[in-house]
Amino acid sequence: MEIKKGIAVSPGISIGKCFVIDAEDYRIPRRLIEPSQRLTETQRVRNAFKDGIVELTRLQAEPKEIEGQKIKDIFAVHLSYLRDRTLRKKITDMVNTELVTAEFAVSSTLRDIASHFTKVKDVYISERAADIYDIEHRLLGHLVGGKRQDIAALKEEAIIVARELSPTQTASFNKEYVKGIATGAGGRTSHTAIVARSLGIPAVVALEDITESVNAGDTVIIDGNRGIVIVNPDDNTIQQYLEYAVEYTELEHRLDTIREKPAETRDGVRVMLMGNIEFPDEAQGVLQKGGEGIGLYRTEFLYLNRNTEPTEQEHYEAYSKTVAVFKSMPVVLRTVDLGADKYTQSRRYIREPNPFLGLRSIRFCLQNLTMFKTQLHAIMRASVLGDLKIMFPLITNLQELMQAKMILGDVMEDLDEEGVPYNRKIKVGIMVETPAAALTASMLARDADFFSIGTNDLTQYTLAVDRGNELVSTLYSSVDPAVLRLIRTVIQDAHKAQVETSVCGEMASEPESVMLLLGLGVRTLSIAAPMIPEIKQIIRSVTIEECNKVARKVLGMNSERQISSFLRDAARKILPEAF
Amino acid sequence: MRPAMQFVDIASKFQASITVSKAETSVDGKSIMQMSMLAATYGARLKIKAEGADAAEAVEALRELVEVKKFGEPTPEEKSRQMS
Repeated sequence: MEIKKGIAVSPGISIGKCFVIDAEDYRIPRRLIEPSQRLTETQRVRNAFKDGIVELTRLQAEPKEIEGQKIKDIFAVHLSYLRDRTLRKKITDMVNTELVTAEFAVSSTLRDIASHFTKVKDVYISERAADIYDIEHRLLGHLVGGKRQDIAALKEEAIIVARELSPTQTASFNKEYVKGIATGAGGRTSHTAIVARSLGIPAVVALEDITESVNAGDTVIIDGNRGIVIVNPDDNTIQQYLEYAVEYTELEHRLDTIREKPAETRDGVRVMLMGNIEFPDEAQGVLQKGGEGIGLYRTEFLYLNRNTEPTEQEHYEAYSKTVAVFKSMPVVLRTVDLGADKYTQSRRYIREPNPFLGLRSIRFCLQNLTMFKTQLHAIMRASVLGDLKIMFPLITNLQELMQAKMILGDVMEDLDEEGVPYNRKIKVGIMVETPAAALTASMLARDADFFSIGTNDLTQYTLAVDRGNELVSTLYSSVDPAVLRLIRTVIQDAHKAQVETSVCGEMASEPESVMLLLGLGVRTLSIAAPMIPEIKQIIRSVTIEECNKVARKVLGMNSERQISSFLRDAARKILPEAF
Repeated sequence: MRPAMQFVDIASKFQASITVSKAETSVDGKSIMQMSMLAATYGARLKIKAEGADAAEAVEALRELVEVKKFGEPTPEEKSRQMS
């Protein structure tokens, strides 16, 4: 039995057999297989070689504007390696004799070759080690990619254990069978955490070397309330957790009974609670939990789980399906937020040194107008079906907003020419998620119909902390005095300009932050569906007077630690069961 | 890596098994992994051995690549001449 402590990011308890995914860009631990798995593992090696050859042949044939001949030569060398039977045999032999996973055999064999090169004195040859690492990466990519298909095709319940799950991996989840998630990397607002919360799957992240502590099929307990993962628990522990699980389900049911009641404070102030979704099939879940619309509809999924970019019709079908669920309730659709940790098909291979400060989100859209216009065209077509609103992400200055609106204007003209109906008065707002946007909120307010404060990126950019890096996760906090001052600025400026403001970051779904946000003047929160009942319960238990007092106190405090412990105490008094 | 690839590409066209030796080390001439790990840099002495029906043609084709075409790349001397 081994107990690991991480960060609890999605509540609930689950016990099950684990399914391990290694990462192509992280050290592969030596993991053993049963003799009976030899055939499957060696076949996986052969398939990875085969898939690698297909991929490289395709890449070689593609006309590439920038790289040219040099890249083609490199691809040719890689191809030559993948066609080398003696290399493949060396790897399958290792699987057979040492009984290790395909991933480990590939990684260790190629790393041996690479280290052989680095020892050679000749610079020309020693530099070739980089090629070998590339080949390793490519093969592992195919092995891990194959695993991804396995998650999609899961036939029995499993707990996923991985270094980190990419958006592409989570997009292909078979939600029915994924019962828990444990990752080594990540933080409260990393992609895995957001997805797990929205699907209601218990999850713990930042478990560091968790992937080295498990083998496929081990029994694992995920305690998403306390941030604990137990590998191979003893019978007593399992029994104890089965009891916890029952208690927790009871609490959830109790909360579900408030679904029909309004999110209203004790002194009668109405708060709007909306849902954040990524996939159209999550829409129903938001309604079931009592959400009053969608405050953040992420649209990247259309690009993640496939090899070609989506067509206008595919965009349209996804949006109209979602809008249809909500009828006259508002649906705020965020235009594609790709780049940084999520990539489009064509750009997947171009790496940027600082992706979070690079060509991502609205910047990427403004440089790829065909793609951007395709999405806007589909949104506008769907705009007649309900109360659809458009939100541009990662705005840092007024020009970007003006430019994006101008392009939207172009699309409207196109639709006029085509004679396609659309909502001419569609509301256009922005995510306030950069310090630049927060500080200039009063200027942006003149041209935006609404603001949505994205606290995840706002925290990351304000505190200069990578939200997915577990090594600095203790520095990441949305209630840091610096972040709170920016949020207050945005709310005050928006209020003066009479621009509606909501909060759609993970902060809005943290029970301890709700009173603070209400006290700062927020009246619309958009959160993961499973969190709606609990947050509503808190709203219904407080008065605005109390919230204002909390906010005033907090703004006078000068350390994050002081603030978070004060907020936790305040929330514990209201909803003790949740803590 | 390109010269090794050219060598392997030509060697693979023949039925004969091809062994390449540098000092005490012998490797399979049709395997890019083994050929590149031989780390034969400019000026290295290689022994090429072929066994099988088309062995003679194989050796001749490989000799031509190494000695006559010199892998289609400038030698270090030629490179330094180009630079000056």
